[in-house]
Amino acid sequence: MTVGKFSHEPELRGKVFDLNIDEQRVNFTGRSRIATAINGTVPGPTLRWKEGETVTLRVKNNLSVDTSIHWHGMILDYRMDGVPGLSFDGIKPGETFTYRFKVNQSGTYWYHSHSGFQEQTGMHGVIVIEPKNPYPYKFDREHVISLADWTDEDPTRVYGKLKKLSHYYNYNERTVGNLVKELKKDGLKKTFNNRKMWNEMRMSQRDLSDVTGYTYTYLMNSSTPREGWRGIFKAGEKVLLRFVNTSAMSFFDVRIPGLKMTVVASDGQYIKPVSVDEFRIGVAENYDVIVEPDASQAYTVFAQSLGRSGYARGTLAPNTTMTAAVPKVDPVPDLTHLDMGMDMSNMSGMDHSGMDMGGGDMSGMDHSKMNMSGGMDCSDPMHASMDACKNKKKPSMAGMDHSKMNMSGGMDCSDPMHASMDACKNKDKSNMAGMDHGGMDMSGAKPVKHAATEYGPHVDMRSEAPRLGISDPGIGLRNNGRKVLTYADLRNLYPTEDKRKPSREIELHLTGNMSRYMWSINGVKYADAKPIELKFGERVRFTLVNDTMMSHPMHLHGVWSELETGDSDYLPRKHTVIVQPGAKVSYLVTADAHGRWAYHCHLLYHMLGMFREVRIS
Amino acid sequence: MKNNVKKLIPLIVLGLSMVSPAFAGMEDDPVELKLMLNSFEVGRVDNTNVTSWEGGLWIGKDLNKLWIMSEGERAAGETEGSENRLLYSRAISPFWDLQAGLRHDTVPGESRNYANIGIHGLAPYYFETDANISFGENEQVKLNARLEYEMMLTQKLVLSPEIEFNAYAKDDAAMGVASGLSNIGAGLRLRYEIKREFAPYIGINWGKKFGGTADLATADGGDASETMFVVGVRAWY
Repeated sequence: MTVGKFSHEPELRGKVFDLNIDEQRVNFTGRSRIATAINGTVPGPTLRWKEGETVTLRVKNNLSVDTSIHWHGMILDYRMDGVPGLSFDGIKPGETFTYRFKVNQSGTYWYHSHSGFQEQTGMHGVIVIEPKNPYPYKFDREHVISLADWTDEDPTRVYGKLKKLSHYYNYNERTVGNLVKELKKDGLKKTFNNRKMWNEMRMSQRDLSDVTGYTYTYLMNSSTPREGWRGIFKAGEKVLLRFVNTSAMSFFDVRIPGLKMTVVASDGQYIKPVSVDEFRIGVAENYDVIVEPDASQAYTVFAQSLGRSGYARGTLAPNTTMTAAVPKVDPVPDLTHLDMGMDMSNMSGMDHSGMDMGGGDMSGMDHSKMNMSGGMDCSDPMHASMDACKNKKKPSMAGMDHSKMNMSGGMDCSDPMHASMDACKNKDKSNMAGMDHGGMDMSGAKPVKHAATEYGPHVDMRSEAPRLGISDPGIGLRNNGRKVLTYADLRNLYPTEDKRKPSREIELHLTGNMSRYMWSINGVKYADAKPIELKFGERVRFTLVNDTMMSHPMHLHGVWSELETGDSDYLPRKHTVIVQPGAKVSYLVTADAHGRWAYHCHLLYHMLGMFREVRIS
Repeated sequence: MKNNVKKLIPLIVLGLSMVSPAFAGMEDDPVELKLMLNSFEVGRVDNTNVTSWEGGLWIGKDLNKLWIMSEGERAAGETEGSENRLLYSRAISPFWDLQAGLRHDTVPGESRNYANIGIHGLAPYYFETDANISFGENEQVKLNARLEYEMMLTQKLVLSPEIEFNAYAKDDAAMGVASGLSNIGAGLRLRYEIKREFAPYIGINWGKKFGGTADLATADGGDASETMFVVGVRAWY
């Protein structure tokens, strides 16, 4: 292992930028390959803008194919948004396109090609916008940390392989060895039953990510894991780390062993600070965190892929020589029934016997509608974040009336209904008598309706009862002993600007067939779909239901996705929202930007089908 | 037959590529071509080397494809038998394709054509299934089915049992078959995937002929049942 590369991408400041798009030889793996470079670097330069200024970006295409740049997360005129076919015609070979727009926001964002698979070949970079007003937090130094997934393969070939053998890149499948262990532990009958649904549905419990470390080299600021990126700090400094996931297909779980991270912004927007040990960053998401490292040591910035097939890494150190231990990648998790959006009320065979109820008095909780024979299992994600599973102290919770709830999901702190419930957070529960859940939206566990277009050879599963997954840290992060950021932790720093209730709800189902490698929304792929029409000025709720076994990072261009995380007065504004498998999530949108906008899954090999035009007029 | 195939392919490819409007130079459902050599193996029985193959290709899009498949056996410089299919394959459910087209079976000096209809896909519990019914001349009807299972011993070492049977409605001595269940075959292959696309393997094949078909085989100086160790490769692109 080397001491690390100071591989900051070049930084460009100012109001006028010339960006040249060229093919460029790179070598990340020991083999020379052609990448798509911006001003000669892969990734491209970090662009520094100032809030309130008007920027001009002249993008010259020196490739032999069309290109484009999309300014991800920027609120701007749709003709400047850079999506070929919607915003403009794309940039033809040899041509220059001039983007010009006023920068009306601050924070960390990124930019990337919206043409072909150029994003996979390195055509992306980070945008940092200095705020007009002072930062609401203090820091002495900052580092941009971009995460990427590089492959030596031609992305067209990657896509072809997935079409021919969808598990091509999955080398973490369950094997006979796993089966034998399970048989020893659980016996034949239970093992058979545990696997029954998966076998019948022909789904893999290890179907965590489509493209893995088998082909990917995970990069942190263009440094490979072997090289490692290196960032410097001085004694006593507060360091702002701007994390951007610029990868094509990879979610990362990020932590810095030995350091608490205070998350201060999500998708460029300030949030109420949250202190965590770890966060999951979906493709295209941004998180800004502040750390206060101790100058007597170095730290590893560790970003393992969700599929646990590899990691990107860097070192934060007070000098150029100190190193820190690199943690092992966590064990590969198995997807559970919960991740399939199963209706848990039919799961009487589940073993919940492991749950320690701590002797507290929860007698007032009426769970009578639940068919939860045998007690509860804290290792089940359904109960993962439930305090009963964590706290030893269990004062009386008498008086909680859950009798009107559809508890088919169980008492689940990952349900936003309970996410903000004190029982899920506070140590002291003595005061919960008489909680009234009468007015709450209990739709979390209600079965959903699926459109007729969701039935057919192109869709291999539908969630029966998707849970509201916002306070579930997600597959592979549940109960890992670390404080993991969840969406339920996100509260906008400033009050919600548009306080109107949504006038209507648009429910969209994320659909696909993994083995045929087809992706769609409501079972209809982009090529066959009509645009989603929004009236200018209206406030609508988008509810996304994930009918697949993968997390999809859904990116709505042009307007904010105000994520409903529990407090409608402080909705965090996001540009990209993860929808967990078998779960649903909702956000409010104010349609305050005219034009034709792209709305899609940001997994590069999903977006061709899982895509909609949103038309605001 | 061969000429017909040559004429058919461009037409079908053209039909398959009647694309939906592409966006940004990307096609969500491009025409793909998969070449498959599911097995190519050598074994030895009665002091004779026997080479057998099973493979072909598909070309097409997500839900509609053209399949060309061939399997057969050669020994002592002669093709002892082959079964060839040209099929239009249409996805009818998440895991199943309906396949319809032509079947051309050969034995030395003879061949038969059939209209073939079948299903191909993944049954619950991960059984890869290929089941066909074929209608030939003189009211001949052939039933054929094959089931295959893959056990992952490790991420790269795969143990794969398979079973196959054939049955006929009518006697056809020239083709060496009689009415009823004609034969059952079973195989067990242990392959090592050096890459997903390339895996050498060792295996054992067992085959047994029944009834009139067995009588025809023994009358011809052959065996009604045989067991053979094989070495082979599996590859695709």
